Amino acid sequence: MRRLEVGVVTALAAIGAGVLGSRSSGWVGAISAAVVLAAGVLAEIFVRRRVRAWAYAERDDDLLVRRGVLFSRLSVVPYGRMQFIDVTAGPIERSFGLATVRLHTAAAASDARIPGLSREEAGRLRDRLAELGEAQAAGL
Amino acid sequence: MLEPAVWHRLHPLSPFVRAGRATIAIAVVLVPSVLTGRGPSGSGSASELAVVGVLVGLGFVSWLVTRWRIDEDDLRIETGLIRRQSLRFPLAQVQAIDIVRPGLARLFGVAELRLRMAGATGGTARLAYLPARDAEPLRARLLALAHGTTEANAAGEALSPAHGDERVLTSVPTGRLAASILLSDVGFVSVTLLTGLIVAAVVARSAAAAVLGGGAVPILSGVTVVWRRFNQEYRLTLAEAADGLRLRSGLIALTSETIRPGRVQAVRMVEPFLWRRLGWCRLEVDLAGRQRRKGEGEAERKPLRAVLPVGSRELAFELLPRIVPDAPPAELRPPRRVVWKSPLRYRFLAWGRSDTCLVTMSGRIRRVTVWVPLGKAQSFRRVQGPVQRRLRLASVHVDTAGRSVHATLRDRDVVEADEALAELVRLGRAARRAPP
Repeated sequence: MRRLEVGVVTALAAIGAGVLGSRSSGWVGAISAAVVLAAGVLAEIFVRRRVRAWAYAERDDDLLVRRGVLFSRLSVVPYGRMQFIDVTAGPIERSFGLATVRLHTAAAASDARIPGLSREEAGRLRDRLAELGEAQAAGL
Repeated sequence: MLEPAVWHRLHPLSPFVRAGRATIAIAVVLVPSVLTGRGPSGSGSASELAVVGVLVGLGFVSWLVTRWRIDEDDLRIETGLIRRQSLRFPLAQVQAIDIVRPGLARLFGVAELRLRMAGATGGTARLAYLPARDAEPLRARLLALAHGTTEANAAGEALSPAHGDERVLTSVPTGRLAASILLSDVGFVSVTLLTGLIVAAVVARSAAAAVLGGGAVPILSGVTVVWRRFNQEYRLTLAEAADGLRLRSGLIALTSETIRPGRVQAVRMVEPFLWRRLGWCRLEVDLAGRQRRKGEGEAERKPLRAVLPVGSRELAFELLPRIVPDAPPAELRPPRRVVWKSPLRYRFLAWGRSDTCLVTMSGRIRRVTVWVPLGKAQSFRRVQGPVQRRLRLASVHVDTAGRSVHATLRDRDVVEADEALAELVRLGRAARRAPP
């Protein structure tokens, strides 16, 4: 299992907003800055918990993906059922050297997404999953 | 019988039939204006004629450039004048072959052959239109070829299933179908609206006119939906043959399709509130490779196909083993405390499993029972929301291909959910390894 990091960016943004708010002079500015800051801290706490809850495990025949704090979800995707695997990296993710791996099955509802992997790890996971998927592929 | 190895053209009337309703509309507009010699706007008839001429010409060209043939184990279709397309459909991957005959096609004695292919994107080969008498032999031949290639032996002819050897399982009486549609949600609403309108018309003319002005569109769409369902499911006959289950139905547009065994992703039984009193239910199957595509009719767009539009529960349970083998009854009830979380659903919640099949029951007002062969399950999920956590409950979802049917073990005890998840994953693996 492996911890994932996503939320640092949100926290940074919140603090930045707080600083901006304090620029406008007087009480109102200070209060709004404090509120934004508090919201930022709160968001940071939530995001941190969310990130900590996000985990995956490779088993012999299937991949487990766990996520969610309030709504906890545990997905089991058999390797033989994978249709294809996506590796995406948005601009923010790229600047931190991260990538998101996403598994697709024939079912629209199955949702196995692993964000915030380091790029090497994402590449390794993709190759391994593709290999296992090929070995165990089953018809519809 | 058509010679296999040479190029064929489609029926010459195909463009007209394909234009379908447009043809009728054009005829309705044109014929009077031509007959009386005066168009809606004086010189308009000449330009109208020109437009029709161009359309006819285009249709003729499209017919001229389209041709098809059966190679050893492919069906090849070539089409297009400017953008030439050559399509190859390997017969080994055919999921099913349907014969579809819309009203106009029946009038002209032609039929469309539709080959559904395997694969996530589920391409469809359409041969529209062939002479009606050729369609059935061609289908038998293609299916035989498909079997011949999959079973890796022999001339297709030997395996060709004779048309006569099918056994009719059930046929839906018209009266019951009509009654069931009237008692369904859409039917009920439109009938109420219509009677209301008639009453209003009798009592006060002006009020009726006002209602008609405001509510014409919903009423019309309701009537359309009711009509479409009636048309599609009229005299639906389910038969069992060597190559799978055969479905035939239709009042004006006739369809006949074959469901090959092992292609069923899930089976759903729906019992709406009003039907339950009568002990009626509706049995639907979810098939692989049925995506929404352009140019397909209403029936094909729906991923679910009603095997039994309306019938008694006993009949449904009689049919069930023929669709999914080893279907278990749903008998495991959820813990009592679920009443607090899902008061309406509690009555119906249940699940059950055998070694190869899962069944779940749910629904607030209507009761929905879903059977999923475990070998077809795509992924498994355990989900727990905040309320569920408080009550020590969890749900297990079993996802099947497509987006229409879900089997959910809703609101089970946490321990039970975890055990069920592990168990289902294990059984699913075993079922995949040992294909039936």
